[in-house]
Amino acid sequence: MSRDAENREQFRPENHDNEHFLLTTVVGSYPKPKWLNRANDLAEDPDSKFTQEHLHEAHDDACRVITHEHERSGLDTVVDGEMRREEMVEYFAHRIPGYEFNGPVKVWGHNYFDKPSVVGEVEYDEPWLVDEFEFTSDVASKPVKVPITGPYTLASWSFNEHYDSEADLAYALADLVNEEIEKLVEAGATYIQIDEPALATTPDDHAIVGECLERIVAGISDEVRIGLHVCYGDYSRIYPELNDYPIDEFDVELCNGGYEQIDVFTDPEFEPDLALGVLDVHTTEVETVEEIKENIKQGLKVVPPEKLTVSPDCGVKLLPREVAYQKMENMVQAAREVEAELDAGEIDLDAPVPQAD
Amino acid sequence: MTELVSTTPGLYPLPDWAKQELSDLKGHQKHDLISGTEGADIVSAYDRAREEVVSEQTDAGLDRVVEGQLRWDDMLAHPLTVHENVETGGIVRYYDNNNFYRDPQVRGELTFSGDVAAELDATADLLGDESLQAVLPGPYSLSDLATDEHYGDEADFLDAVSEFLAGEVDAFPDHETLFLLEPSLVFSPPGEDVDERVPEAISAVSDATDADVVVHTYWGALDEKVYAHLMDADVDAIGFDFVAGDRDQTLYNVNEYGTKDDIALGLVDGQNTLVEDPETVRERVEWTLDNIQSQTFDTAYVTSNTELFYLPENRATEKLAALAAATEDELEVEA
Repeated sequence: MSRDAENREQFRPENHDNEHFLLTTVVGSYPKPKWLNRANDLAEDPDSKFTQEHLHEAHDDACRVITHEHERSGLDTVVDGEMRREEMVEYFAHRIPGYEFNGPVKVWGHNYFDKPSVVGEVEYDEPWLVDEFEFTSDVASKPVKVPITGPYTLASWSFNEHYDSEADLAYALADLVNEEIEKLVEAGATYIQIDEPALATTPDDHAIVGECLERIVAGISDEVRIGLHVCYGDYSRIYPELNDYPIDEFDVELCNGGYEQIDVFTDPEFEPDLALGVLDVHTTEVETVEEIKENIKQGLKVVPPEKLTVSPDCGVKLLPREVAYQKMENMVQAAREVEAELDAGEIDLDAPVPQAD
Repeated sequence: MTELVSTTPGLYPLPDWAKQELSDLKGHQKHDLISGTEGADIVSAYDRAREEVVSEQTDAGLDRVVEGQLRWDDMLAHPLTVHENVETGGIVRYYDNNNFYRDPQVRGELTFSGDVAAELDATADLLGDESLQAVLPGPYSLSDLATDEHYGDEADFLDAVSEFLAGEVDAFPDHETLFLLEPSLVFSPPGEDVDERVPEAISAVSDATDADVVVHTYWGALDEKVYAHLMDADVDAIGFDFVAGDRDQTLYNVNEYGTKDDIALGLVDGQNTLVEDPETVRERVEWTLDNIQSQTFDTAYVTSNTELFYLPENRATEKLAALAAATEDELEVEA
């Protein structure tokens, strides 16, 4: 059963021109400034005088730059571009007692990742993201969204040496995510996004993800917006089951597939808000405002405007930075123009997208 | 009385230094992957890496030594992705794993390649008295991993892949054992028209060598009918996954239909960093053999269930030691 998605109104900017409000946001990752990659290399070099404190300062600087870049593009909610994270599982595993690292494993070709092993009970120690959230919300004038790798993905993309099953590990991690969200909410966070890319590869585990989400939102106020992001998959394998997830918003990647799968969500009625991917993150070609407006209208086939959020398909970190920026700026403009057209009654909500011949 | 032979299905993780060195030399993109015509620096890095994984096996005391298949960027699809009449398409998922390989699109006749034979020649040169084990994808799995754009018919393609593999085996240096890896028989079992052709395709490869041939299966139990057909293949042993699989189904198949005179037991987890101690491995061997009431074996190969490249280097090495130690003493196992 979806949560109370009414909480989206808190993200409407004070000076918003249109009656309609399509919440604009991003999934999270953003290209790093080139100097930050150099700083990371220096920090790893034992012969360099560049210390961890220097690196921390470099991260702060990068977060400040990227948060402001997000704001300049006009987004209603911003992220720090995940400047402090190199990889979505490693970052959290380093902060969770119970995990250990043994070295890189192959993903494909010469692309590796430090797949961690769970060797004991996973525990909550120091907060994972509270400091970075506080830093980003200090520099931001817009509300800050916090992306967190979901427990199912943290479990699936680790070696499980300790728990009886991957599900047991995922549930234990979900309890930790819940604790982290409590701390983030205490620090003022209002918008949390759980990333579960692993669900796309093993959709039969949707019930495990559902149970994880129940644990994640336990005791979290309805005022806090909880989104779930799942990318690159066959959504028909998890729909309509996801209607039962206790979330406010489901964030999908559909632009990359030309909205071939959009009809999956039209029957039965889509329950949470829809956060629709309207930018393809795998092409450096910048979509025009007109193209993005058509993409946004695809979402209106599934939900009414008051339940539609727009975002890129996925994290944009693999794009050149200027391309990423231009895409976001066009996306925001497209959203504002669609809102104005909705205000003027120019969009037929029964048939928002012209039918193909 | 069963002789226990410690071995692995090959496809080792690259040593960490080689991961770094080769990634610097080759790059990270699709077109940077191995082509079969790599330059001297890359050849030299792989030579050094091969020497290292061969020494690790001999130091651990494994009864069979594999080349390690360190060049196989595309895992089991490698023999095709380096073939001159094969083009590589997009990056596709490798079975159910968070691993990807280039889709080999077969555009012309699968003529002799010699790529794997060259690797084995280099390995044989490193060995003294140790026994070399060759590793190849089985014909069904290799055809299942590929896209046929030339032969046109699934059965014809399977035959062509099988003939190709037989030609490759024919060029191998002397080897004691040949492991044919056939995970696709479990993961995407052949349909009705093809299943009865699979044993012929495997036999054709097997007949190309005098070595003992093991058809190794993993990621679950074989479907009963697939297993019944597989028993018609002219091989010395069939290998089973007793880690990830449905053990009861596997034991049912083996007890119901019998199996070859030798057997391979996948008892060490190739996809988990938890290192089994030798006693545990030995207990699993005994448990398994005790539960096969139908027969006793001349030889039981004791192996990891899957390839080892899923593991970080340190844990893969530790697993080798566990396998070797588990079969070390001459304790005879009562079946």
